[in-house]
Amino acid sequence: MRVRRTTLALLMAGLMVLLAGCGSGGGASDSGSEGVSLTIWADDKYSRAIKESATKWGELNDVQVNVQAVSKDLQTVYVTAAQAGKGPDLVMGAHDWIGNLVQNGTVDPLQLTDDTRAAFNELALQGVTYNGQIYGIPYAIENVVLFRNTDLAPQAPRTLEELVAKGKELKAAGKVSEIMALPVGPNGDAYHMYPIYTSAGGYLFGKGAEGDYDPKDLGLSKPEAARAFERIGELGEKGEGALKRSISPDNVTSIFTGKKTAFLLSGPWQIPDVEKSGVPYEITPIPGFQGGKEARPFVGVQAMYVASQGRFKSLAQEFATNYFIQPEVAVALYKADRRPPPLKAAFEEVSKTDPDMAKILDAGKNGDIMPAIPEMATVWDPLGKAQSATVGGAPPGSTVAAAAKAIEGQIK
Amino acid sequence: MLVKIALLGLVLAIAIFGAFPLIEQQQWLGLALLVLVTAVIFWVYLSPRRIPAKYLIPGTLFLLAFQVFPVLYTMSTAFTNFGDAHRGSKEDAIQAIEGASITKVEGSTDYRLAVATEGDPITGDIVFLLTDFETKQSQVGTSDGLEPLPPEGVQLSPLGNVTEAPGYTILTIGAAGAREEDLADFSVPTENGAIVAAGLTRAFEGAPQRAYDEACDCIKDAETGQTWTADETDGLFVDDQGENLAQGWQVNVGLRNFADVVTDPLIAKYFFRTLVWNLAFAALTVAGTFALGLLVAVVLNHERLKGQRIYRSLLILPYAMPAFAMLLLWRDMFNTDFGLINRMFGTEVNWFGKPVTAMIAVLLVQLWMGYPYMFLVATGALQSIPGDLKEAASVDGAKPVYAFRTIIFPLLLVALAPLMIASFAFNFNNFNAIYMVSEGGPFPPDNPQIGATDLLITYTYRLAFGAQGAQYGFAAAVSVFIFLIVAVFSIIGFRRTRALEEVN
Repeated sequence: MRVRRTTLALLMAGLMVLLAGCGSGGGASDSGSEGVSLTIWADDKYSRAIKESATKWGELNDVQVNVQAVSKDLQTVYVTAAQAGKGPDLVMGAHDWIGNLVQNGTVDPLQLTDDTRAAFNELALQGVTYNGQIYGIPYAIENVVLFRNTDLAPQAPRTLEELVAKGKELKAAGKVSEIMALPVGPNGDAYHMYPIYTSAGGYLFGKGAEGDYDPKDLGLSKPEAARAFERIGELGEKGEGALKRSISPDNVTSIFTGKKTAFLLSGPWQIPDVEKSGVPYEITPIPGFQGGKEARPFVGVQAMYVASQGRFKSLAQEFATNYFIQPEVAVALYKADRRPPPLKAAFEEVSKTDPDMAKILDAGKNGDIMPAIPEMATVWDPLGKAQSATVGGAPPGSTVAAAAKAIEGQIK
Repeated sequence: MLVKIALLGLVLAIAIFGAFPLIEQQQWLGLALLVLVTAVIFWVYLSPRRIPAKYLIPGTLFLLAFQVFPVLYTMSTAFTNFGDAHRGSKEDAIQAIEGASITKVEGSTDYRLAVATEGDPITGDIVFLLTDFETKQSQVGTSDGLEPLPPEGVQLSPLGNVTEAPGYTILTIGAAGAREEDLADFSVPTENGAIVAAGLTRAFEGAPQRAYDEACDCIKDAETGQTWTADETDGLFVDDQGENLAQGWQVNVGLRNFADVVTDPLIAKYFFRTLVWNLAFAALTVAGTFALGLLVAVVLNHERLKGQRIYRSLLILPYAMPAFAMLLLWRDMFNTDFGLINRMFGTEVNWFGKPVTAMIAVLLVQLWMGYPYMFLVATGALQSIPGDLKEAASVDGAKPVYAFRTIIFPLLLVALAPLMIASFAFNFNNFNAIYMVSEGGPFPPDNPQIGATDLLITYTYRLAFGAQGAQYGFAAAVSVFIFLIVAVFSIIGFRRTRALEEVN
């Protein structure tokens, strides 16, 4: 009898604790009035940038807008969450995600009117087009350019040879310690090396009939690639010494802002640091080899995607295709992160006060859209390592052949 | 008693909190398990008897939740092709393929859209009020088709969206958004396809190019007539040329992942070399940190040393700092041209350029990262050794070094050997130590897949995630192999320790 009473008391107490827990929990989750909400995921920088315009739209339309920052591995986090049915309604990210997002069925194509299409930069639209469908609304475009310290090198070099000669001259005079700063690192950086690789005649993937990249046509296994690697080797540690493995993405900025070199080959994301350092700079296209092909950088596009598994998909489509294309939104995003807006009207507006934007766009106008096909994921690592090894003096021919073989083995 | 009530209440609260989502997702098996576990907990603790179970239950539950379940989950994943393009079910894949193939019907018009209802905005039937972009003619679209909208009383916005129409309630964007579930299935059938919404203020006439046909278990392209047949062994739709559609689904692949690990020529060729380096890395790291930590501990344990506390606090600093930042800092210090180490010694060593120097570099970093831990545990163990043992030794005429070697050190080992085995197992899979410092490099120019300082775990990571996106199934299979290796070494290690204890 005594035991049973204790049991009863325990159960009652347990229930009370439980009820207390439920009470506080229920109150918190009830705050969303109608339950209509729009959730946007972006990285730290862009989540701050989009917040104001998104909230404004929400207030206007009586929709609660939640902007959430995912600081690391946004693409993987998004795909995993979307697959589990816990993803957002909209997600912001680079255009080369599209291939992976599509194969995982986590992004929906968008239907834009001809007017809307015409309002965007052609190259940016090309970036978000995959298998003939547009998958995202572009909001930034970026490519590698040449930053030049105008105190040290007043003239923009017309060729890569001129650039190296000027760098050597400055180095001999003791004014700088490095000919140029292009991130290589111990394991390579295929993105930054790409303009030099293309100027030397190499290519990554051939293009199919519709202008899409064709994973079956791998440029690395062609003789042009071996020749291009030879020229990369000539610029490397055993040659001119312009490319070095000790220069990596982590220290290029400080090498240029610390005036250890007159030339930095990198993208618009360097502008804030360069400007802060007070180094007088000028932005020009990356020069190619004398008599070689044009140095074509990779062009990347940042875009807003509508999630396939989003809870409020119509609302998300409305936001992306009818509000996100407004110039004010594009300008707000530009202010948070200075990269050229692909929306023509917004670009014109920001160009009035920021001449660098036009220079960046100009440097990338003949660039190659970064391949969005999933096969590209297999290329970065082997290609970078092969380039790094070549810079370090490894035989170019066999090195590029090994990289090509590794990539072909992965593509299958 | 009060604590018991509170804890049991908490258990019940957590159980019910966990039950709601399970019920919502109709996970009856999970729910049954939850009820069972909760019932067992109450059955054990509400009784004055069952004392042994009271002690065993918490540990057992945590063991199940944090050890057994992850291992089982990893093993079951190893039998699937779970990974990018194979994450969801076949239905998901079909839906994605059909959804991705919806295109605008050629030459069709664009419409301005107003979502409206017949009657109540929350429950009334959805209709589309559509205005032609060009002609500004308005129509009503229902699930039966299009019909003209009587122009009387109809108001248009400057863009052409209907803002007022007698008999219909125009929904605001927010209110239309709330009807998502009805909107998702709503379209206005037309001759060539259907008018579907693009957002909530525009609509277009579209048709899916590809559709699933149950009869042939295949996807058919309406325009080209091409078909892709479902292949249940690979979880893909494949055409007669062997080309597959990008979107696949998850299937059971049996032992294929394990077979791939064993037969992969790259894995076979470099596995042994990597295993040897991996063992050497773990063993040298443990030996090095232990030797240095013990040395410092012995020195600082001397009674006559002043300022022991200050030294001790300074020495644990590396242990207290965030490992990620430290690893990156060390990587930069080893930089050939700009690194602190080469500058300080006036050398020009390309540390991560040669296998031997790269190995030395990662070992040095681990030595620095790891010795404070060994110092801490060795200090603790030293202080727990009774002082009279040392005294007795010195009375017997043993020199300090001899006494340390024959008495203190064996006693220390008894206490520290299990920790060293744990440290070995940890360093065997010390992913960050390699990935953040050398990334596994340097890589031989003819092989970008496996570097000189790669551990099995970093190598696996590259194999599983460096290629065509994430291949969780394959990675899980490799993990099972690594698990077996570590398990074997740990078993041998613990056997040895038992032998040590018998000395005691």
